[in-house]
Amino acid sequence: MDVILFLIFAIIAVVCAINVVVQTHPISSAISLVGVMGSLAVLYLLLGAEFIAAAQVIVYAGAIMVLFVFVIMLLNAGAETKKGQSTMALFLGVPLLAGLLIVMSWYLQGWFPANTTVHFGGFSLPALPGKVAESGGSAHQVGMALFTTYLLPFEVTSVLILIAILGAIVLARKEMD
Amino acid sequence: MSEIPISWFLTLSAILFALGVAGFLFRRNIITVFMSIELMLNAVNLSFITFSYKLQKVDGHLLAFFVMVVAAAEAAVGLAIILTVFKNRATLNIDEIDSMKN
Repeated sequence: MDVILFLIFAIIAVVCAINVVVQTHPISSAISLVGVMGSLAVLYLLLGAEFIAAAQVIVYAGAIMVLFVFVIMLLNAGAETKKGQSTMALFLGVPLLAGLLIVMSWYLQGWFPANTTVHFGGFSLPALPGKVAESGGSAHQVGMALFTTYLLPFEVTSVLILIAILGAIVLARKEMD
Repeated sequence: MSEIPISWFLTLSAILFALGVAGFLFRRNIITVFMSIELMLNAVNLSFITFSYKLQKVDGHLLAFFVMVVAAAEAAVGLAIILTVFKNRATLNIDEIDSMKN
């Protein structure tokens, strides 16, 4: 059952990712990217990462991709114009990338033998004090780690987002003369 | 058979990352190049979650969470830069955005 689920969503993710790369119109690429992110969210659930799966759907597929689609509509971006593109890059680059992938998968198979496996619900952590045991990736467990061990990076993140907001406003505002 | 070898997840992550690299290098539309970067970040996130499962620790989830936050900030600033570039040069082709080259 888990294997079938994995295969279905892995194939959807790979097909959508290929579609992102080969489509000439940016809006088609954006919709395919939403497909990749949605199927990755299912795979996160399979790995027991409930909180990250929800965040993936809300933040990536929701917020970031809406931003992309807005910008594509705002700029009225049409299909890509091809000119002066070397076919050499395609004939050399695709086999090289395929070779890299084959070598990488070969080593991955070697490093992680077939007995290290994933099954749904297999990710568990010791229960928090005074609580019943729950899945390892629940919002409770992630939140506990986020606000204790990772408190400093979390606070630094807020500064980063503030700077990003200011930067985006400064870049995109109209010049006042 | 309901057990998935852990290397399948990592191989899927490698495939998605390689496709992201291919999109980044082959495409000429600046928005599509940007989307390829997001694809690569997603592939890395899948690796983080997989290793988190393998080690039975929640730390990988936190790293994926921070990658997500940084990706959101990066998308906001990057798309603002794309808007500014388009306002000044009226093109989205990265071959024509070459003022730092000469």
